Amino acid sequence: MTDAALPHVPRMLAVAMRPLPLLPLSVALGAVARRMTRSHPTMLRRLGDHGGRRFLIDPVDLPFVFLLVPSRSTVTACRRDRLPVHDARLAGPLSAFLAMLHGAEDGDALFFSRDLTIEGDTSAVLALRNAIDNAELDLSAELSAAGGRFGGLIRQALAQAERATGLALHRMDDFGEPL
Amino acid sequence: MMELVCPAGTPAALRAAVEAGAHAVYCGFADETNARNFPGLNFSREEMAEGVAHAHARGAKVLVAINTFPRAGAEPVWHRAIADAERAGVDAVILADVGLLAHAAEAHPGLRLHLSVQAAAANPDVINLYASAFGVRRVVLPRVLTVEEIAAINREIDVETEVFVFGGLCVMAEGRCSLSSYVTGQSPNMNGVCSPASHVAYSEEGPDLVSRLGGFTIHRTPKGAPAPYPTLCKGCFTSEDQTGHIFEDPVSLDASHLVPRLARAGVSALKIEGRQRSRAYVAQVVRAFRAAVEAEAAGKPIPESALARLTEGQAATSGAYAKTWR
Repeated sequence: MTDAALPHVPRMLAVAMRPLPLLPLSVALGAVARRMTRSHPTMLRRLGDHGGRRFLIDPVDLPFVFLLVPSRSTVTACRRDRLPVHDARLAGPLSAFLAMLHGAEDGDALFFSRDLTIEGDTSAVLALRNAIDNAELDLSAELSAAGGRFGGLIRQALAQAERATGLALHRMDDFGEPL
Repeated sequence: MMELVCPAGTPAALRAAVEAGAHAVYCGFADETNARNFPGLNFSREEMAEGVAHAHARGAKVLVAINTFPRAGAEPVWHRAIADAERAGVDAVILADVGLLAHAAEAHPGLRLHLSVQAAAANPDVINLYASAFGVRRVVLPRVLTVEEIAAINREIDVETEVFVFGGLCVMAEGRCSLSSYVTGQSPNMNGVCSPASHVAYSEEGPDLVSRLGGFTIHRTPKGAPAPYPTLCKGCFTSEDQTGHIFEDPVSLDASHLVPRLARAGVSALKIEGRQRSRAYVAQVVRAFRAAVEAEAAGKPIPESALARLTEGQAATSGAYAKTWR
């Protein structure tokens, strides 16, 4: 965690991403979500009844949003002009979500600094934040493992992307096996 | 060296605290028996036992907060929590209720008892009473005392004292504040929640972030200004033609520069607030304060820390430790 401002996805890149087809993205993200749910079963236990809530994850520097339903392990990418029905919305730069996911930033601090905004079911948002924080997720490790024999290449590519963009793409506080 | 007592709302935060240098970690069960009963937070019985084993293997203690006041007729819930904590091998339980202290002293004579800040014990007479009646070994002092007052208390008691050095501040006497109850029906004292999330709603209205608690607008934060927690005591209200923070500004405690004076005042342990915070917060704050207590023990200057970004209001205060008001 540093005092430096959170990096934003460059506007030109965000514009270039607009025409991307969202169905393959949703399928890929869903596969990652299912993998994470399987490998971190405490996440859903910690979410309890909130696991069935529909969370709108809104990376404000991307041209689309994501609808997360933890109990179904689904992540659906949606255009901004067609927002799905949701119970809670979390909005902030993509870097804020990745940093929270990887234990590099504190959710309350991002809220204090106005980098993160929440609306809707506050209880569900808190439960999601705490469940994810406890799970000690590592996106690079999950994607590498999912990549099979290409895992090493994927890990290298993500490490390069992390250095180039400043986005937290791997767990920042890895000190051994979880409890 | 003074003991550094650090918060953990989850097993991951416990591991982060131990890794960052906590001498002791305090945590609670996932129910109404502790004053941070938030969604997705706290420990199951199994997680507590695993957390104790993890901490003990690395030389750290685990203290369990069972510091709400039992509801009449529901005492077994709190009694089970104490028994389960002892079974998990914890180093102490942190209690506030007199009845619960009496039960623990009688039914669990081998269990070390700490008095929670929720008991608001702020003078030698009441602290000595808790020590003689229940065998309390340590008192967490309320955040209303100056360093000089803490030193004066320590001269007249035989138990250890623990004081908060970082994190959220309560303006009221802990364990006595009912502000949250007035608008939500729930309080930290009885339900373990101040301003429960189920009663909090945020909305973006134009450039402002509007915070509502129990349907009442308690804060309207303009664009660019730091957002506070949605508690009534930090609310910004309009009275006649004046708008301001009636009870307390949204700032957090940072007493790192007072560590040497607190040591000279006879304080045994320093406590970091924030069981509701992430493992990122825990790791950074614990590292900074471990460096501070080590520097103090070695007679070196306290290193500067850069923790303001983590604090409510993005600003810090010495609180009552350097009181300039009455």
